[in-house]
Amino acid sequence: MIAAIASLTALGLALGLGLGFAARKLKVEGNPLVAEIEALLPGSQCGQCGYPGCTGAAQALADGGAPVTLCPPGGRDLVIQLAAKLGVEADLSGVKDSVPSIAEVREELCIGCTRCYKVCPTDAILGSAKHIHSVFREACTACGKCVDACPTEAILMRPIPVTMQTWYWGKPALEAA
Amino acid sequence: MNMPAHSPHAHAPVSVGKVMATVMVALIPATLYGFWLYGWPAVFLWATTILSALLGEALMVRLQGRAAGRAVMDGSAALTAWLLALSLPPFAPWWIAVVGALFAVVVVKQVFGGLGQNVFNPAMAARVMLLISFPLEMTQWTAPIPLTAEHAPGFMAGLAITFGAGAGGDAMASATLLGHAKTELSRGIDLLHSLPGQFQSTDAVWGYRAGSLGESAAVFILIGGLYLIARRVIPWQAPLALLLGVALPALIAHAIDPARFLGVLPHLLSGGLMLAAFFIVTDPVTSPNTGAGQFVFGLGCGLLTWVIRSFGGYPEGIAFAVLLMNAATPVIDRYVKPRIYGRTRQGAPLPAKEG
Amino acid sequence: MNLLARLRLRGGVHPDGRKELSAEAPICALPLPERLYVSLQQHIGAPANPAVAVGDHVRKGQLIGTRVGMVSAPVHAPTSGRVIAIGDYAAPHPSGLPVPTITIESDGDDRWLDFETPADPMALAPEDIAARVDAAGIVGLGGAAFPSAVKLNLSRGSGVTTLIMNGGECEPFLTCDDRLMRDRAGEVVAGILLIQRAVGAPVVLVGIEDNKPEAIAAMRAAAAGTGVEVRAIPSMYPMGSEKQLIQALIGKEVPAGGRAADIGVLVHNVGTAFAVHQALSLGRPLVSRIVTVSGGAIGVPRNLEAPIGAPAEALFDYCGGFLDTPARLVMGGPMMGQELTDPRVPLIKGTSGLLALTHKEIGQPSPAPCIRCSTCVRACPIGLLPLEMAARIRAGDLAAAVDLGLKDCIACGSCSYACPAHIPLVHYFNYAKGDLAAKERAKLKQEATRKLADARNERMERIAREREEAARQRAARKAAQDAAKKAAAEAAKAGTQETETA
Repeated sequence: MIAAIASLTALGLALGLGLGFAARKLKVEGNPLVAEIEALLPGSQCGQCGYPGCTGAAQALADGGAPVTLCPPGGRDLVIQLAAKLGVEADLSGVKDSVPSIAEVREELCIGCTRCYKVCPTDAILGSAKHIHSVFREACTACGKCVDACPTEAILMRPIPVTMQTWYWGKPALEAA
Repeated sequence: MNMPAHSPHAHAPVSVGKVMATVMVALIPATLYGFWLYGWPAVFLWATTILSALLGEALMVRLQGRAAGRAVMDGSAALTAWLLALSLPPFAPWWIAVVGALFAVVVVKQVFGGLGQNVFNPAMAARVMLLISFPLEMTQWTAPIPLTAEHAPGFMAGLAITFGAGAGGDAMASATLLGHAKTELSRGIDLLHSLPGQFQSTDAVWGYRAGSLGESAAVFILIGGLYLIARRVIPWQAPLALLLGVALPALIAHAIDPARFLGVLPHLLSGGLMLAAFFIVTDPVTSPNTGAGQFVFGLGCGLLTWVIRSFGGYPEGIAFAVLLMNAATPVIDRYVKPRIYGRTRQGAPLPAKEG
Repeated sequence: MNLLARLRLRGGVHPDGRKELSAEAPICALPLPERLYVSLQQHIGAPANPAVAVGDHVRKGQLIGTRVGMVSAPVHAPTSGRVIAIGDYAAPHPSGLPVPTITIESDGDDRWLDFETPADPMALAPEDIAARVDAAGIVGLGGAAFPSAVKLNLSRGSGVTTLIMNGGECEPFLTCDDRLMRDRAGEVVAGILLIQRAVGAPVVLVGIEDNKPEAIAAMRAAAAGTGVEVRAIPSMYPMGSEKQLIQALIGKEVPAGGRAADIGVLVHNVGTAFAVHQALSLGRPLVSRIVTVSGGAIGVPRNLEAPIGAPAEALFDYCGGFLDTPARLVMGGPMMGQELTDPRVPLIKGTSGLLALTHKEIGQPSPAPCIRCSTCVRACPIGLLPLEMAARIRAGDLAAAVDLGLKDCIACGSCSYACPAHIPLVHYFNYAKGDLAAKERAKLKQEATRKLADARNERMERIAREREEAARQRAARKAAQDAAKKAAAEAAKAGTQETETA
């Protein structure tokens, strides 16, 4: 009787200590998922998803309140990555097979109003008042904010031209059989 | 813009169809010998099996909306059926052949995704299915009655055996060596008393004994198998490992208790072992990718075969053993991989060192 | 020795060599074409910058394109004449994209620029040799076209002990290196010694496949007494691949992801050695090379010494044109070369062969399903599982293909060659490598733009904060002024009151 009580007590104490130790030692700070999702998002805070910036979108995704297809600049690849991260089925039917694009200023229409310059989240548009603006290719994320801001419709989204450095073989056609 | 053709711009003169055809060529000696040994019924059974498989394959491919011609012409269905036919009792009724062939091609192969996708060896899976479902028909063995023998069934009699009433009683029924040994053992008669007079190695080498249509003639199967190894159509690892996997335990067990365990030669020359060694465990689809993996696979098949033969409920175990090892193939492939150039076996880059 | 070398290697295939078509044709010169189209992107790395203008007259060997950045090579005029155009022109690249090209109309004189040459090239300092190799625009002539000087400079610092000269030439049809070693062994050996001096390697090995006994004999005769050792290696594809050649000759493997220099080895092509000799002894930059023109559809297969920039069709025409409509035109060897969709495409420094192949020689029926026969596994010289990798890539799981060793693939094409189902395995691998590289670029760009966005946000916040601060300060100032005013007013008021009370 005494032995049974003693052994159970000892067992309980040992396991309790183990659990307590583990809880301290292996503690997870915050929800790592939000940070991981945010790392996948473009980070340009363009706001096209309707959330306040990429952190807000990541929070909404982690809570399950937003569809994985929410981010237009991320394109198809991002949808697939988010779906894998969140363990959900991705519905790709609505996602355009977006070609990587960049903004391009049509010089003949640009009036140098600097509105695009002010809204660009990545400072990818160069220029000053009354001068024609141009786009810094490497920094443009094709978020489209400048297109909406331009009063003369002088900004277009164009696919990034393929160069010999970026070209690669397409996927082979499926074998007939 | 049209994508140009990707390199290489040269290709070895090989094709899936040619590979299948080579294997069939290698099967011809054993098959012809089987025809001679068991006469017309064997011919009809063989033809029925192959025709059923081709029809089944064509039907399935049509159902998938693909052109049937090319799939049927690649010869894979015909080869599967051929191997199945060789493992059937020669006087089995036609519907055994039809059911077996359709099961092999439709259920085991096409349902899993067609050529190259099946997990289990179609011929062996069909054989096991038939053995479990129709044990009586599948164990009606016939003593050899060569085509040239006086009392051999003629063309019409052969038709009657395959498509009609069957062999007509057990006038010709006989037992295989493995079956005989198992039955006698279960009656309490040990091998020292039951075996004498049953096993002559010369007969076994020439296949002059009761058995399946094409499994008995060890020497003809060996000729075909060696031809395939020489042509590099099949690897040598799997056949060797299978034979070793049976021979080694047989050698040890027979030395310990000859009254209970068969010796090496009866094991190697009985049942479907030789056929399996060169034509079943070498099936590319259901065996591992690497030479080492194929060796492991063959060894596993051999050991399991010996275990089932010696301790199991069935006298012959090769088909079960192959199916079990088929299921293990993905695992073998996962763990047995070649070492990559410039890397250790674990996959880490080799150390860079001066000199 | 040969047996040992064979045992060290694994995989590989033995395609029909077809070298007999052109092996007995000594090197002859291509008659000068009217126009030469000199691409500014003939090497791995950044394209060269044009150094001439339209209308300029140039002499043979004159610099017309300067190198840009560290990994790049200059380009020289392949003949004397007038620059008639600078602009995009068709290029030998599978993308079909045009590249900046300088078009020179030949004046027919083919007059060299006058060069000053060192009295004894072997007396030059190693750095000077590398500098001259750089100035001569020499790139790896085996096909990869990596700037040779970059390789020399990298090796000099990293203690190379063995210099290996690649005379493998394992691609079917190609005989240009074979002929070069037979016809110009002396110059090749002289070039090898210069390279040896440039990198300071005590051991020099020349590896030549044993299906070229004449080349082996010629090289052995030329190398006698120089310390250069010529070794026969088994004939097998891809023996001319750097990794396989090193393994066959010295039994070491290049660590995955590393360079040959990591194990103290430098590999150069024998053609490169010849170019080095030309550059240092005669001062002549790389403006021509030996090209094998062959294939079942070619009238007279030949080994031509042709100026860089000559249109492919000029070479085909000089070799008797086509016997039959060729099924495919290929630049390079049949195993790793690329299809020419346009016969006007000009020769570049890395062009080792021009082939007009028949259907029979290509032998490529449409693909069939994989039967897992693992022929590709046996063919792979690296020890990969091509069938498994291709299946993953087909299913879109590129990460799994990388885990299986995709990045170790050398794209030699042995698997595709051997596959009985004719599955375009190496095409899958190149697609996957390209896609992964594109994703990597996108990721880098995303990281960069994210930083930009963060910087902008911070700036915006700072500006807002500063505005707020300024507003507050203004308000405070105003409040202080108001308070002062009020105080003054009150003081004044108090004063009057005081006077009133007084």
